[in-house]
Amino acid sequence: MLAYLIRRLGQAFLVMAVMATIVFFGLFAVGNPVDLLINPEADLAEQEETIRRLGLDKPVHVQFGYFLAGLAQGDLGTSFVHNRPALELILSRLPATLELAFLGILIAVVLGIPLGMIAGLKPEAPYSKVIMAGSVVGFSTPNFWQGLMLIMLFAVFLGWLPAGGRGDTVDVLGIPVSFLTWDGLSHLILPALNVAIYKMSLVIRLTRAGTAEVALQDYVKYARARGLSPVRVVGVHILKNILIPVVTVLGLETGNVIAFAVVTETVFSWPGIGKLLIDSIGLLDRPVVVAYLMLTVFLFVMINLVVDIGYSLLDPRVRVKGGRS
Amino acid sequence: MNAPVLSVRDLVTQFDTRAGAITAVDGVSLEVGPGEVLGIVGESGSGKTITGFSIMGLIDKPGGIAGGEVLLKGQDLRKLSEPAMARLRGDRIAMIFQDPMMTLNPVLRIDTQMIETIRAHRDVSRSRARDMAAEALALVGIPSPVERLRTYPHEMSGGMRQRVVIAIALMLEPDLIIADEPTTALDVTIQSQILSEMQKLMAQRNTALIWITHDLTVVAGLAHRVAVMYAGRIVETGPVDALLDHPKHPYTRGLISSIPSSVPRGERLVPIKGMTPSLMNLPEGCAFAPRCPRASETCRKARPDRQDLATGRSLRCFHPLEEAS
Repeated sequence: MLAYLIRRLGQAFLVMAVMATIVFFGLFAVGNPVDLLINPEADLAEQEETIRRLGLDKPVHVQFGYFLAGLAQGDLGTSFVHNRPALELILSRLPATLELAFLGILIAVVLGIPLGMIAGLKPEAPYSKVIMAGSVVGFSTPNFWQGLMLIMLFAVFLGWLPAGGRGDTVDVLGIPVSFLTWDGLSHLILPALNVAIYKMSLVIRLTRAGTAEVALQDYVKYARARGLSPVRVVGVHILKNILIPVVTVLGLETGNVIAFAVVTETVFSWPGIGKLLIDSIGLLDRPVVVAYLMLTVFLFVMINLVVDIGYSLLDPRVRVKGGRS
Repeated sequence: MNAPVLSVRDLVTQFDTRAGAITAVDGVSLEVGPGEVLGIVGESGSGKTITGFSIMGLIDKPGGIAGGEVLLKGQDLRKLSEPAMARLRGDRIAMIFQDPMMTLNPVLRIDTQMIETIRAHRDVSRSRARDMAAEALALVGIPSPVERLRTYPHEMSGGMRQRVVIAIALMLEPDLIIADEPTTALDVTIQSQILSEMQKLMAQRNTALIWITHDLTVVAGLAHRVAVMYAGRIVETGPVDALLDHPKHPYTRGLISSIPSSVPRGERLVPIKGMTPSLMNLPEGCAFAPRCPRASETCRKARPDRQDLATGRSLRCFHPLEEAS
């Protein structure tokens, strides 16, 4: 198990290194941040001063050398735009995104799995057909449009919930969170719902397919033949057998939401890292983009690791062996 | 004979299909007394498994019991509500399924599946239930039962798993056990071990046993009485020795002549010509008439009614074989 973990972490660092290199040179090729950063009114001396301060006067391979040297000391560089360390900048925006992602996934799971199981157990019932039709809609609606519709319905017409922003936050262990204040929670609901609807449709479809298949297995009939209650048969015997594909997809989707919640964050003016990334790319703020993507890769690798460990908890037949992955 | 544990009268089980209702079990009547073993013999599709599930009340939509009575110790099971029926299942009537590889839930440990069965029917603590489970495993000859409890089904062989299933069936000391081809999927050596153990346990505990099989040789060694099923009907029934030595129904004789050891070495086996008829498309008269060497015009026009003979035998045939033949 330990050897397995070490190997997985090694893989993570390799992927991060390759990615950082590609992005570093890629952004250099895209354009020169100086053109966007420096006040055109400034005189030549000021301009050169700024360029030197940002280290942009050096050839690119020297700049990359500095970047690596900084990396070795845990320094991912300083934002050209905000003049703050890139990692600190990202971490200051990360809690908002994590909060959004986890609430969205939570809604998707808590509603999606039961709805999918209902549709799988009674495929012919009218309510099952409604559930499946709803999942097709949720699946195929463009995210930004769906966000606008949610705002229009709940914020404009009904006036129940605010249209954007993060609302009040309270600090928990020094991290600002919204979901613990009523105002913050009301700001969180719509964007989280916007994230959740697509995932929920996905979960419903996966759960339904799995349930329909597992419900026909001998061990389900046998569970009934032993006189177990329907709740136990469905909630334990069927549920535990369908969770593997659901967990796989949710793991990938969680990474996706955290890394690319940019549409939802833009529509709802949610101050998360997705918005930061788009702004930074627009300004060619290379240290922030590189640091952001490295963090994203790290998150994906970690989530996949958690998913793999989750498998072995769910299904004894895929217990992770020390030697191989 | 003592009062029968189970008495089934004129049971009819039908399945609704697009092509109309299919009658899978057509007027089956049978009785089993305490400590008695009844063998139900028939080819695939003869309705023997459906008969078992009908007794258990486990026929799923679009199927259903269309007529007849199922009396367990005088209580009509068809009049019970589903929750009341669930309380009987696994407690008063237990069932053993055909394929031990598919019967136990692959993601739950043996102890989980045994304890949940006990606690569905008995108000006992988890640790008491665990002790009961270990005792039951020891009873069916599983070595080191306490350690075995903590394993998953996939860590056991097929024979071991079937022993676990038998242990679960015996655990709550039911009045009746329905075993649906429980040894078909096993090696011959394991098969005979399990057969002799079952026989011993049934006699000790005075449990009634219905043994569903397509294998007449198994029935010959195990059962007290035999019912031969063909196309949803019992065509012949009687004490095992009389029935096997002097079959009266041409189908029963056909089955016996198909067993390699039933004819002297060197002589040709006598297979039954043709195939089991599709239940969608049964002949008008006797279902066996198209394959029967003794069939006459009468057989093709009318279905033979049941005639009760002396010595506890009964028969559905217009032209039964004579004792001397």
